[in-house]
Amino acid sequence: MTDEKLKKTALHATHVAAGARMVPFSGWDMPVQYPAGIIAEVNAVRNSAGIFDVSHMQRLIFEGPGTEAYLGIILSANMPAIKIGRSKYNFICNERGGIIDDALVYRTAEHRYLLVINAGNTTVDRRWLEAHKSGLAALTKDPEFSVSIVTDETAMIAIQGPSAVAIVDGLTGGEASKIRKFRIGRMHVAGIDATLARTGYTGEDGFEIIVPAEQGLKLWSLLKDAGAVECGLGARDVLRLEAGLPLHGNDLSTGTNPFEAGFDRFAYFEGPGCIAADALRRISKTEQKRQLVGFKMIGRGIPRAGLKIFAPSANTDGEKPNVIGTVTSGTHSPTVDGGIGMGYVEKKYADTGSHIVIDVRGRPIEAEIVEMPFYKREQAADSAV
Amino acid sequence: MYPDDLKYSKEHEWVRVDGNIAEIGVTVFAQDSLGDVVFVELPEVGTKIRQFDKFGEIESVKAVSDLYSPVGGTVIEVNSNTVDSPETVNDDPYGRGWLIKVELADIGQLDALMDSETYESSLE
Repeated sequence: MTDEKLKKTALHATHVAAGARMVPFSGWDMPVQYPAGIIAEVNAVRNSAGIFDVSHMQRLIFEGPGTEAYLGIILSANMPAIKIGRSKYNFICNERGGIIDDALVYRTAEHRYLLVINAGNTTVDRRWLEAHKSGLAALTKDPEFSVSIVTDETAMIAIQGPSAVAIVDGLTGGEASKIRKFRIGRMHVAGIDATLARTGYTGEDGFEIIVPAEQGLKLWSLLKDAGAVECGLGARDVLRLEAGLPLHGNDLSTGTNPFEAGFDRFAYFEGPGCIAADALRRISKTEQKRQLVGFKMIGRGIPRAGLKIFAPSANTDGEKPNVIGTVTSGTHSPTVDGGIGMGYVEKKYADTGSHIVIDVRGRPIEAEIVEMPFYKREQAADSAV
Repeated sequence: MYPDDLKYSKEHEWVRVDGNIAEIGVTVFAQDSLGDVVFVELPEVGTKIRQFDKFGEIESVKAVSDLYSPVGGTVIEVNSNTVDSPETVNDDPYGRGWLIKVELADIGQLDALMDSETYESSLE
């Protein structure tokens, strides 16, 4: 069953031993679900804590005086504004403003950055990064920098959920919670040299923890022993959709731009030498023809990526249904208890509260456009730190 | 896992025959492969279906699968319990998780199905 060409994370054997169902994902053999099932895993993250092996995410370290200028060419982030210990969500856009990938960039020291990108885009991203080094010399007197890909030598484990921070605090003598949301720090977790980012992809508080690959299993076991529930990619996809977070390859692609996706605030293009600057500036001044929206099913049915979206029946006059868009992500949400999805629809149909019709394999099912996220954790009172 | 009194199709449906009435559902293997069942779409009573034709859809969190009828005939009853509580298919696939009852068109069609032993060995 297993494909020899698929890559394995440092935790692969423990997933298999736990009875996880393994699937090929972006060139990796990854757990899609554990025996408890996706709904139980989603509920664990919403109610207590879940752990995810996200070692397949590509991790690149940029170091040297030329780093900021270089990343400013590539990323839609205002690099000088990112302080040490902070992170920024951003896009890698091409000259037409299309989204090659979405990424998180963390500044870990003066001239040192961690870039986390999608496993599925590894090759295209690396090619893109390599192709745009040439413009750097014109931008800075000191263009020196190095890139190291640390994906294979490290493991990355996400722990997410309302009890996630307390669990990691228990392994760090209470130090972990001193790292505030969207920030990054380095410390020992039960004796393991670890980089902790207080970020995630679930809509819950928690950490993404990077450790040397050979320490991955130890950390995974410690988190599990502390009560965190093993979760696979299936639960991760449901959780991110409930939280209104886009997935590159589904909701974002080179065929979409950050403005129609509604992410204007993460599309910075004023930096010197930014490859996508001209395109992003032009797009930002143009009225978008379509918009990425979230919707909830009203009728019985589950939306899935690729399904057509029709105008509400009142606008069709009994004629052939009018296609106004496409679903890019969809699932049954255990938290909302119903079908939810994202998709691009023509601007005039994109208002919150509008009704649309999803063509569920020949069955027209009504849905309502809603504000995302579909799920938002109630803000807990800030704990005294 | 695969009761002796049932007949099985290679699409992982089972049929329980009582006189000329056939009760139809999905096997333990099918519900386990699907994962958490969250949606079931079934035909209306009175619908005529042919053997091995699609009669509905079953969806898990991740994916949608077609349901194929192991026998042909007329739908005489639909299990609204699985429509309202799809997880019943996971909890009790050979009991409360049945899907439809069909009045058999031709009892000879059962010969095209597998007994439990043959079905189980086909899964290996």
